[in-house]
Amino acid sequence: MTAAKRRAAPPWLRVLKERAAHAAGVVLPPVLMLGLLGVAWQVLCSSPDSALPTPTRVLADTHELITQPFYDNGGIDKGLFWHLLASLKRVALGYLLAAGAGVALGVLVGSSKWAMRALDPLFQVLRTIPPLAWLPLSLAAFRDGQPSAIFVIFITAIWPIVINTAVGVRNIPQDYRNVARVLRLNGGEFFTTIMLPAAAPYIFTGLRIGIGLSWLAIVAAEMLIGGVGIGFFIWDAWNSSLISDIILALAYVGIVGFFLDRLVAFAGKLIGRGTVSV
Amino acid sequence: MNEYLKIEHICKTFGTGESRSEVLRDISLDVARGEYLAIIGHSGCGKSTLLNIVAGLTAASSGYVFLDGREVHAPGPDRAVVFQNHSLLPWLTVYDNVRLAVDKVFGGRKTAAERHEWTLRNLELTHMTHAMKKRPGEISGGMKQRVGIARALAMSPKVLLLDEPFGALDALTRAHLQEEVMKIHAELGNTVLMITHDVDEAVLLSDRIVMMTNGPAAQIGEIHTVRLPRPRNRLELLADPHYIAARAAVLEFLHRKSRYVEAA
Repeated sequence: MTAAKRRAAPPWLRVLKERAAHAAGVVLPPVLMLGLLGVAWQVLCSSPDSALPTPTRVLADTHELITQPFYDNGGIDKGLFWHLLASLKRVALGYLLAAGAGVALGVLVGSSKWAMRALDPLFQVLRTIPPLAWLPLSLAAFRDGQPSAIFVIFITAIWPIVINTAVGVRNIPQDYRNVARVLRLNGGEFFTTIMLPAAAPYIFTGLRIGIGLSWLAIVAAEMLIGGVGIGFFIWDAWNSSLISDIILALAYVGIVGFFLDRLVAFAGKLIGRGTVSV
Repeated sequence: MNEYLKIEHICKTFGTGESRSEVLRDISLDVARGEYLAIIGHSGCGKSTLLNIVAGLTAASSGYVFLDGREVHAPGPDRAVVFQNHSLLPWLTVYDNVRLAVDKVFGGRKTAAERHEWTLRNLELTHMTHAMKKRPGEISGGMKQRVGIARALAMSPKVLLLDEPFGALDALTRAHLQEEVMKIHAELGNTVLMITHDVDEAVLLSDRIVMMTNGPAAQIGEIHTVRLPRPRNRLELLADPHYIAARAAVLEFLHRKSRYVEAA
């Protein structure tokens, strides 16, 4: 009895152990997988005539880029932070425009049968056009790289936002509409108290797809328009045969894309007041 | 009789041509101020359609609805509806669901403090103050229906429309809420129009029971006046000859005179 008592851990230790076990269960698998892939990569690219560098080689080559993300030698010779910031600025502008216009159009298409009939076929065709196909046209229209890139982001992100918002608005339960009618809510009140919250889960699905597509499109667009930006950084690195720089930039692009997605999901949770599941 | 709510020659047909179906045929009904009227009938007989027409949510094909001397066409807070599935807005708290109605109906007439007081008063009436910070998703079905009732009462409606308000609840919760509604009706003297398919509920709660024939083209079959004094006690009534007679009359109508069309 006494021996058993002595062996039983205090409760806080048990909780700590459980937490640690849980954390290990979540963190260990991806870390192990990453390690495994790293080793495989190392082995596969170790031969002297390998076209791609090994991970250790990448780290050695990009050491300076990693440790000094903020340097600025003028022109496009800047640290990766500045390149990413320039890309993020373009995405932010194009995406916010797309979010505003997309939700507005989606509400229109979702609430009016005629707007839906007139616009939906158009949207269904336009949304299949690849982002980069818009670039030459927008360059012709704007005669400048910066607004053209922003337009490409806008036109890429807007379709999922429009379509999801429209579906969300169309799916507002009749019950809520009845409540609004009994209370005689006017258009504005209906929009803010019923339509937006009821359609929020759909709208945020569209917004999340939109931010993902924007980030996909910006890299490609920047490769063509040049200037400061992570896309052109990659293209420039390729032209200078700095393969390790490309790999580092890709890792950064992936991580930033991941955080952008999380950011929109978080905003949805905050604004959706419990109706948006993440 | 003092006709407060007057339903005159209401007909309703849905669809046109081949798919045309007549749901209600020539329904006329007078409800006095303060009266509790139950409408009972088999499922699909169009009783909910009738309620929706009174609420203004559905347009009648012909006929008129007058409330307090004025014809009604559109929905409005003077005919507050308690929906069968509560229809609370899930993104608002219990308090905010009721407050939304209060703000909309009394926005111009009461100060914010008065509206707050009035919201609390109606939540107290339905015993929901304890959960007013919760969202509808966090409370039970019976509580949701209480909030639905609080929201409807908070509009100070001329007539309260209850669309099978307790249909989705378990028997015990239902009995409990019926008691609450009786208390509220005794205290406030509301005019109530209630749709139900529960015979006991109809007899227990109402002053008159309107029995509808089966659709298509449902009509008013019989109207039974429940001559039971208030306040009514569920258990004491069980042996009351008036109660038994009223129950028998409604059951008789539903099962003999108005059998299911399919079963006939």
